Amino acid sequence: MDFSVVVEYFPRLLSGAWVSLQLVFLSVVLGGAFALPIALARISPVAWIRAIPFTYIFFFRGTPLLVQIFLVYYGASQFDAVRESIFWPILKEPFWCAIIAFTLNTSAYTAEIFRGAIQAIPEGEVEACKVVGMSKAQMYRRVLLPRAFGIVLPAYGNEIILMLKGSALASTITILDLTGMARTIIARTYTPIEIFLAAGGIYLAISIVVIALFRQIELRQNRYLGTLSIKVPDKG
Amino acid sequence: MKLKKIVLGSALLLSAAVSSISVQAADKVRFVTEGAWAPFNFIDSAGMAQGFDVDIARALCSRMEADCEILVQDWDGLIPGLKVRKFDAIIASMSITEDRLKVVDFTNKYYSGGLRFMGRVGEKLDLSDLDGKTIGAQRSTLGAQYLEDNFTGKADLKFYDNQDNVYLDLLSGRLDIVLSDELPTYNWLKTAEGASKFEFKGNSFMKNDEIGIAVRKGDTKLKEKLNKALDELIADGTYQKINARYFPFSIY
Repeated sequence: MDFSVVVEYFPRLLSGAWVSLQLVFLSVVLGGAFALPIALARISPVAWIRAIPFTYIFFFRGTPLLVQIFLVYYGASQFDAVRESIFWPILKEPFWCAIIAFTLNTSAYTAEIFRGAIQAIPEGEVEACKVVGMSKAQMYRRVLLPRAFGIVLPAYGNEIILMLKGSALASTITILDLTGMARTIIARTYTPIEIFLAAGGIYLAISIVVIALFRQIELRQNRYLGTLSIKVPDKG
Repeated sequence: MKLKKIVLGSALLLSAAVSSISVQAADKVRFVTEGAWAPFNFIDSAGMAQGFDVDIARALCSRMEADCEILVQDWDGLIPGLKVRKFDAIIASMSITEDRLKVVDFTNKYYSGGLRFMGRVGEKLDLSDLDGKTIGAQRSTLGAQYLEDNFTGKADLKFYDNQDNVYLDLLSGRLDIVLSDELPTYNWLKTAEGASKFEFKGNSFMKNDEIGIAVRKGDTKLKEKLNKALDELIADGTYQKINARYFPFSIY
């Protein structure tokens, strides 16, 4: 074991970590934005509207992320129609191909998380909204979505961490993210254990930040649950 | 189809059993190759490793009268895997370099390589000035290192897990130029995909590139055995026969 290589190459690992963070941040934000309408369509009372997000989610949850990345990066570029289209400047770039694949993937998972959260809201609260005469839009905006947001947090934090780890697959399409950078360094130094340990440490550090952040948001968002549980044993 | 597989499978098992009896005294040598570097090593439609490297490995085995196994592993994992004894010898068209000699030992060369650029047919390229071009190579190869050393910050460099993906991105137009070993490129330029659209650019360089079989550091016993067998293959013409299967000129 020779950890001097870690010291020597640490700045390059950090620059890789920065790319990983960009990948995760962009795809989680975009994926989250797409997930909401997908989740709402998924619980639509109309059967054919339900079917579209169902198929979408079924495909993206049922196939490996690596396959999805390859389909976007190597698959799409096989067709002349794609290469001559206006989208080629974007599809040409590995970074954007990764963003597209990650966004599609995470939006499918996140939509399922949102759907579960909305459906987990007690029926009584929905009925209460109807009783006071809220329209459907008001009900969602004032009660259901804020409630769902609180319920969704633990699972959503989990999804972001999964995305962080999934982002390592970007290294297979020439992106120098944390994993890609580590592999490129190892190609020169032949010290896989040391460099991968260092890269793993950086992934862990990022995860810890994400976990802590979500813990804070959860505490804040679900504060009323905390007070409730303190009051209950008071009775006896 | 299924029956054929069963018959074939049992025949293979039987022959394996027989051969292990006949050479029971010999040690087992686990060769490893990459399987993505045609025509030196590739996976055929039946899922078996084939190519020049594999033929040489088989010939060496029968020379050494050793019981051999040929494994396949991604390029990145070859040297790390050798170090942790997942296999005993890498025969994967690996160049003998100073960097690699720090971590593994090499036999004498079993062929010679050289690097050469390749690009689109008819496109004029000034190889001393490739600023702004997108150049691709396989990660952790001589070509990739050459690009890193000479073009970092000037050209847009892209490194791939294997050579097949380099070709795919050249075909899609994401890459302007590819730097790779001359011989596999020579072979690819003869395939339906590469011919007529792409051509060599400039002359080959780093002609002193010697390709050897890597063994664990200090495994002198295996290294000597391989060197001796290699000499014998060249002396008795077996090597030349294998060479002729892949190239109409000597690559030694």
